[in-house]
Order: sequence, then C-alpha cells, then structure tokens
Amino acid sequence: MYDYSDFDEAFVRARVAQFTDQVNRRLDGSLTEDEFRPLRLMNGLYLQLHAYMLRVAIPYGTLSPRQLRQLAMIADTYDKGYGHFTTRQNIQFNWPKLPDVPAILTALADVGMHAIQTSGNCVRNVTADHFAGAAADEVADPRPYAELLRQWSTDHPEFQFLPRKLKIAITGATADRAVTAAHDIGLRIVRNDAGEIGFKVLVGGGLGRTPMVAMVVRDFLPEADLLPYVEAVLSVYNTLGRRDNKYKARIKITLHETGKTEISRMIEERFAELRPLFGGADQALFRDIDAAFAGPEYLDAPITAFDQFYQADAAFRSFVDTNVAPHRNPHYAIVTLSLKAHGATPGDATSDQMRLIADLAEKFGHGDIRVSHEQNLILPHVHKADLPTIHAALMTAGLATANVGLASDIIACPGMDYCSLATARAIPVAQEIALRFQALDLEHEVGPLKIKISGCINACGHHHVGHIGILGLDRAGVENYQITLGGDGTEDMVVGDKTGPGFAYDQVTDAVERIVRAYLDLRTGPGETFLQAFRRVGIEPFKVALYGEAERDAA
Amino acid sequence: MTRRFTPKVVTANRLREGDVVYLAADDRWSLLHHEAELIEDEAHAQMRLLFAASQKNLVVGAYLADAKAGPNGPEPVHFREEFRTRGPSNYDHGKQADLAHV
Repeated sequence: MYDYSDFDEAFVRARVAQFTDQVNRRLDGSLTEDEFRPLRLMNGLYLQLHAYMLRVAIPYGTLSPRQLRQLAMIADTYDKGYGHFTTRQNIQFNWPKLPDVPAILTALADVGMHAIQTSGNCVRNVTADHFAGAAADEVADPRPYAELLRQWSTDHPEFQFLPRKLKIAITGATADRAVTAAHDIGLRIVRNDAGEIGFKVLVGGGLGRTPMVAMVVRDFLPEADLLPYVEAVLSVYNTLGRRDNKYKARIKITLHETGKTEISRMIEERFAELRPLFGGADQALFRDIDAAFAGPEYLDAPITAFDQFYQADAAFRSFVDTNVAPHRNPHYAIVTLSLKAHGATPGDATSDQMRLIADLAEKFGHGDIRVSHEQNLILPHVHKADLPTIHAALMTAGLATANVGLASDIIACPGMDYCSLATARAIPVAQEIALRFQALDLEHEVGPLKIKISGCINACGHHHVGHIGILGLDRAGVENYQITLGGDGTEDMVVGDKTGPGFAYDQVTDAVERIVRAYLDLRTGPGETFLQAFRRVGIEPFKVALYGEAERDAA
Repeated sequence: MTRRFTPKVVTANRLREGDVVYLAADDRWSLLHHEAELIEDEAHAQMRLLFAASQKNLVVGAYLADAKAGPNGPEPVHFREEFRTRGPSNYDHGKQADLAHV
C-alpha cells in the first residue's frame, strides 16, 4: 500500500496549519463568510441543511485498518458515532462543529488522509475499481495510476480554478465497476496487439442535469503518456470551458459544443507540446508508486473448512453466493460487506462497525479495505478458509446482509435529510424499498437489480444508470419521484428512460414493486435478468404496470 | 405588477455549530421556528434580513423563508423548512433529539 512521502506529509500538514488559522480568523471575525467560504470548501467543509459536513477523500477507495480506526475515532469524538460513505469513494461526517474541524484535519493527517480538493472547481478524488489488484478479470491494477494522478492534480496551479469540477475514474478490468463512462475523464487500462499496457481514454461523460455517455478520444494511449495526455485534456477544457453558465460548464458540454473531432485535434496538439516537457520524472515517480502497490503475499493453505461450511450452513452459503466475488488467486475471495442492512441508511457505518472491519482486515485481509461507489466496504484479499470466521464476526455487527447486487443494495445520496442542494429525500425512500423487499422475501428470486436514488438533478445517487432509477424532485412544494428504467453503469453505459409522470413520496415503493412484479411475470426464466428482460421487451410493459392501459393510451 | 408579499421568517445557520436558527422579534436567534418573528411587511423583511446579515460572527447564510401563522407561532410552509425545524428522518439526530432534552 502506498504510504505518504515526506513531501505529501509536509504538504498536508501545511494545509492543516493554514486552515486552522483561517478558521480562527473566521471565528474572531477577521474573515467574513464570503471570504471564508471558498477557503473552507477547498478543505472539504460544506454547510448543509442542519449542520456542517466534512467530506474526506479516500483516494481510489483504498483504506488501511489504521485509517479506518482513525475515521471511527473521529466519528466518536467529533461526530455522532458514524460516517457516510459516498458514491465518489469519500466519507462524509454530517455533524462536525466549525471550531473542531482543524483537530479533525490533524487527526486525518496523522493517518495520511485529508479533505483537500473534495469540493470546488478542481480535479476531485480520483476513483477506481473497488476490486483493483484482486479482481480475476484485471489487465493491471489501476491504483498506481490513480495515485500518480492524485499527486499530479493535488494543488496543480493551472487547474485550481477550472470552469467546473472535474472527476476522473480508472479501471483495469474488463467489467467496468468504476462507472468510467460517466466521468469527465474515464480511463480503461487495455493491452494493445503488442501486449503493451495503455489506456482507452474517454472524455465528457457525466450524469446530473445533462446525462451523457463519455466519448472515446483515444483507443490506445501508451502508459507513459498518461500525465501529459490528461494534462492536455484539462488544458483544452480550461481554455474552452463555459465559465459564463454553471449548467454548461462541465467538460461534457464543451465536448458537445466543440465537437469530438475538433476537441481531439486540440488535445493532440496540446499533447504534442506538453509531452516533451515531462522529461521522464513522472515515469520515475510512477515506478516508485507502482512498487508500493505490489500485491500481498498470499497464504498457501487448504480451503477444506470453506467447503465444509459452504455445504453445511445455509446462511453462509447465501452470503458467499451473493457477497463474494472471484479473486485472481483461486484460494482467495473478494468479500463485499454490505452497508445496506434492510432498513439501514445506505453507506452509513458506525464506529463499532468500522473498528470490527479494521480488525478483520488486519487479521484476515492483508490489511486492505476498499470503499465502493456503491456505498459498501470490501475486503479484497481474503483466504477462503477464513470466510466462515469472517462471516460469523460480521453477523454480530449487522454487516453480513447477503444482498450485494440485489434489490435492497440501493445507492442513495444524502438527499434532503442532509444536503442543502436536495429537492427531495432519498434515504427514507431507500429504507422503505429495502424493507419491502425483505418483507416480500423476493430479492433473491428477482436476482441482479440495481436501484439508485438521487434527491436532486445533480445525480449523486447515479439514478440515470440504475436499472431502476429514482429522482426526487420538488413539484409545487411536494416531494415527487420520477422513475427511469434500463440504465446501466457498466462498460456499456446506458442512460435510463423515464417511465412517465412521477410518484408521491408514499407511492414510490409500491411503484417499484409493480415494476419488479411485471418483470417476474414477463421474464423468460430466472436466467434472464431485469436488465436483459428490459432490453428485450422495452419500457411499454412497465408503463402498463405503473400507469395501466388507459393512461398509457391517452399519453 | 408586484406579487403580493407572503409572510416570512428570517432563518440562518449558527456559525460555530451549524444549527438552524430563526430570528426572533427581540433580536435573539432561537432554535425554535415558532419563536421566530413572523414578518408580514416586505420593507420590514428587508430590514430584518439586513440585521441578520450584520450578525456575521453569529450566523451564516441568512435568508427569508415562507411561513404562516399557527396557534403557537409561525409554522413552515415548505417541506424543506419543515425538515430544517427537526433534523434528518433516518436518525434521531439534530433538533428533534437536542430539543427533546431541553
């Protein structure tokens, strides 16, 4: 795992000292709120609906046990005993008090963490496949590249005031678990015919007000050209991006207004200028970083205990079938710890849960913990013989829910329970849907189903790429929920289609159940997933299920 | 054509804690919506908002929110403001918990 260099350490400490002084000057009145606001946002501190919120970056979703324990300590000391993991591999504390924030940032710096560039019009936390370095289908571990991008983009003087925020995601696997096509820049590690590693570069993806699938601007970018090329993309965007209109300022709009051909030409032209300037320093740095991400030393032990438990224990079998993914080492497994117990808040972990997971990672997981954009935690390297012990420990802490990838594994943004931008609530909608599926005992029969809920058009809950997407809006002073179907956030990203008129707060769960029952009625068999069935039959049967024949004909 | 002025309260968040507060007629910042001054005159609303903005070491982001008269004092009109009087719906946190102990 990558540890901070002296440079990283000194930089983060200097920022904490700066911000400590800024907080003191705000509290004593030397700074006005107008002066202070951009300073606190640069350090991840928002003022939300009921309180401040501190957003802490978890670069490429990777945490050590020590870091997770420190997050638990912060939750207990300065917050209400829990943290909220987000769809961008960040953790948010919902109740910090302003005078305590410098102490929180110091505690984060103690374990090599920070909240820098988690807000503002800069390069945000670089996200990656949460199964990185463990997945069976991986070309190369994306995290060393993500770390290189993190170091390059942190405090980069040219890119601190971009037209708008810029999000980068990277995957090294064939199955895209990082939603790369919905990012400003998406990077997919590929091999060319000569067997060399490089990147397929996607630009201009995004959700929000104007959802767009990213366009491929380079089919194969040689590995060594990553930084000059990404810098060229940002440089072109920095020049062309619309600073006159917040809603047209993201790179996706720049791309569509300028055209792919012209943008590509400008990127290549700028790239030709920048490439010679890098001079190999980035590659020397990359080699050091890459070495720090060398995989664990795998244990060579029998897995008979696993096989025996799998045969004998139904709860364990269900957990393994649902929450465990194939590891590149056949004796190992990738374990997803669901933060979606039925009725719980998606993405929330208590400090006790964090400490238990840190202990398990240390004892059985080679000290590696991941955060997924789907708001779950992951132990990426677990020997199969240890799975029964881990499962038993998880059961005691409400972390063994066997629902990963099923109807109750719902993504939900904080919505109007916390967020000052929200137009409606998202969390209680997710809670009720999950409880409904638990009561019906239906989700295992339904199979893979991704429900994603956003509480406003900015789409932090990724509703556009949910198989069932739910968007909460304010319609004339009442919460109203628009449903989309058929979205897909994988390598073949598709934006979902609207079903029709929205549903009231207390009608959403019924609507989702009607959609799911319609699917069960029309699927060819249990082997046809919701998404496959939707692609076969289209949206019409679901409209009928939601609105009835008559209304559909009238519409 | 001018739109008819609808009654308002002045609300903000406390600088240090971030709590939602309301401006009372006696210039106090109260945690309770029903203790807010219900403002029925547009010019007076602007005066009160200016006063709130001047309290820059106490509160942040003051604005006028629609409200209506109720039996115990002003009540919120919009659901967002109603949520702000209580706290989140997923946990017993925020005012709904803090004020229960008062």
